[in-house]
Amino acid sequence: MTSPVSKTKRMRVLRATFVAVLLLILPAIAHRQPPAQEGFVPVDQLPGAEQMPAAPLVAAAYAVAWAAVLLYLFSIWKRLGTVERELADVAKRIEAGSRR
Amino acid sequence: MRRLFPVLLVLCMALFAYAPFLILNAPYESTMGLVQKIFYFHVSTAITMFVSAFTCGIASAIFLFGRRPAADRVGFAAAELTVLLGLVVLISGPLWARKAWGLWWQWDARLTSTLVMWLVFQAYLLLRRFGGPGSEKLAAAVGLFGAALVPFVYWSVNMWRTVHPTTNVVPTLDASMRGPFLWCVAAFLCLYVLLLAARTELEKRRARLDELYLALED
Repeated sequence: MTSPVSKTKRMRVLRATFVAVLLLILPAIAHRQPPAQEGFVPVDQLPGAEQMPAAPLVAAAYAVAWAAVLLYLFSIWKRLGTVERELADVAKRIEAGSRR
Repeated sequence: MRRLFPVLLVLCMALFAYAPFLILNAPYESTMGLVQKIFYFHVSTAITMFVSAFTCGIASAIFLFGRRPAADRVGFAAAELTVLLGLVVLISGPLWARKAWGLWWQWDARLTSTLVMWLVFQAYLLLRRFGGPGSEKLAAAVGLFGAALVPFVYWSVNMWRTVHPTTNVVPTLDASMRGPFLWCVAAFLCLYVLLLAARTELEKRRARLDELYLALED
């Protein structure tokens, strides 16, 4: 016959053992390596995230090049227009000053 | 240059109009596939960016040692174009890298040195914009320094281990890819000459405007 004190002690040991085993096993489960892969995976069988289509990237690269050049051309045209207007204005003021 | 401008404009338009057909008909690279087509614009703009940086450096040296204002105007125009072309290179490169390497950016020698060179030319433009009177000499020195970086950027892929392909790619390019590539390089160089001429003309007119303002004050 076992005393209630020794039964409680045994239960405590069992619980401690269970927690210790859990603590040892859980990290091992969490850091488990994925199963080894044989050979290679064909491109069309890759997960969706890894199947990046090339066409949008190519289109974006060419669009960026053209947009940069066209915006720059527009900026030169605008700046030339501003300078031309200022040139005409100053020339007029000089002419008016020389007449006086 | 004024007489040559319309001829170059027609030539440039013809080169760019035919370039897409050549690029589409060029064969697919065996490992990268379609995304490798970025190569034709990416490398062409990079070469033109190097030419532009050298132009800025040479013009800056002429301005610093020869005191010629015309050289300063060319240097300023070339610096602005280096920044523009650098922007295209720094955007088209990561778009290619995302598919080829699986990441947008890698802090390797070629990518980082290109970014540093681009920032040096940005510094040139900031100096010209906010430097006040006399900043053109300081900016010219920065332009000279920026041009000196070009060989380092070019050979960085051979000197350090990088994910970026080495300088060996273009010389060993397959003949079926070399044609479209050289066509694109010619188109971008032609465009560069045109843009440089237009931008230099703008600076020339600004200088004339400054002269007129001085005359008005007198």
